Amino acid sequence: MDNIFALAQENLLSPIILSFALGLAAALARSDLTMPEAVAKGLSLYLLFAIGFKGGAAVAAHGVDTTLILSLVAGTVLSFALPFLAFAMLRVMTRLSTVDAAAVAGHYGSISIVTFVAASSVLTSQGIDSEGYMVAVAAAMEAPAILAALWLAARRAPAEALAAGGGVAAASQPGLLREVLLNGSLVLLVGSFLIGMATGAEGMAEISPLITDPFKGVLCLFLLDMGLVAGRGLRENRTAVAVGALAFAVLMPLISAAIGYGTGLALGLSAGGVALLMTLSASASYIAVPAAMRVALPEANPSVYLTLSLCVTFPFNLIIGIPLYVAIATGGA
Amino acid sequence: MQTHPAKRVEIIIESPMERRLRAALEEADITGYTVLPVLGGSGRSGGWSREGQIGRAGGMVAVVCIVRADRVDGLLDAAFAVLERHIGVVSVTDCEVLRAERF
Repeated sequence: MDNIFALAQENLLSPIILSFALGLAAALARSDLTMPEAVAKGLSLYLLFAIGFKGGAAVAAHGVDTTLILSLVAGTVLSFALPFLAFAMLRVMTRLSTVDAAAVAGHYGSISIVTFVAASSVLTSQGIDSEGYMVAVAAAMEAPAILAALWLAARRAPAEALAAGGGVAAASQPGLLREVLLNGSLVLLVGSFLIGMATGAEGMAEISPLITDPFKGVLCLFLLDMGLVAGRGLRENRTAVAVGALAFAVLMPLISAAIGYGTGLALGLSAGGVALLMTLSASASYIAVPAAMRVALPEANPSVYLTLSLCVTFPFNLIIGIPLYVAIATGGA
Repeated sequence: MQTHPAKRVEIIIESPMERRLRAALEEADITGYTVLPVLGGSGRSGGWSREGQIGRAGGMVAVVCIVRADRVDGLLDAAFAVLERHIGVVSVTDCEVLRAERF
């Protein structure tokens, strides 16, 4: 327990969390501090490239084993299965419509790559090793949840809740799956992972000054922006979600992390790997899934799912979740 | 300067639907349009802003087409097929253009 508090304290006072807190506070206080869209996108591209490349280089150094394949399969299954649990919890805990519940559930099966990056950064600063291929597991966990959400909406929503050509037709929107699988973030993450794997330690040495040294500073700036976006979302949409939904957004990551913990142990991952799988399971998407939901389930209210995933679960994981998951995975609980 | 009457159709739509709208317009032989970024706003589904966004889900774009009056119905039919279930605003206004043969 002491370890959890020590980690939480260290995490809370890290530049990363304090930058996020600054953005959040500034937005809530209605400051005019903003991050231009192009800068925010540039920072996210940098982080995705750096984390993907480092993961690939780590795999090149340690080699490919059966655990990698099993981890990818486990990640895919988790991503597809977690929305069903989330959906059941939402039906009990909230009064959300079936379509809204299905859309929210999809977010909680998919992952937040920024939360993953933050957890990786905490592990690095603690000197805890993790499997490099967890980046690939993160990529594998992006899309299956979307299919689960669309299936839930199509099967569970009353016909009148979906407009003509509703959920089922939406699920077969031409090009939707291609758009999800080829979304820029995923392409960059997987692509840089493959480049890192192909070039290994030599490639890493060549570009290390770019992707290693400035990494934390860039992450701070990026999280400052995420704090601003989350704060604005909270301010503008605070009436969009009820108490039950807010409770879900805090409870669901804990349950998902517990499932990720059991899965990580069963796979035989290292303590760092288990912490990352817990983080991935606990995180909720706010980039890939919202875009897919806008196309496929337009009846779902974006204020609900974006507020829950970005404004509640993301800060919760960043501030409380990650130190908790790391402490549990490393046996400090 | 001689000007000619035309119709200006402005469609404000969620960013993730932009590609589909453009495809529908081109399918309806509406090949001239301009896509503009939308800074932010608010509507029935809450507020949105471009600032700091890294994903397209929370954003909107404006697609502006200027066409001859006799082509407006075809344009609106094509657009409505895409927009019907989505957040957005469609407006049609009168305007004047200088080179009628281009529309």
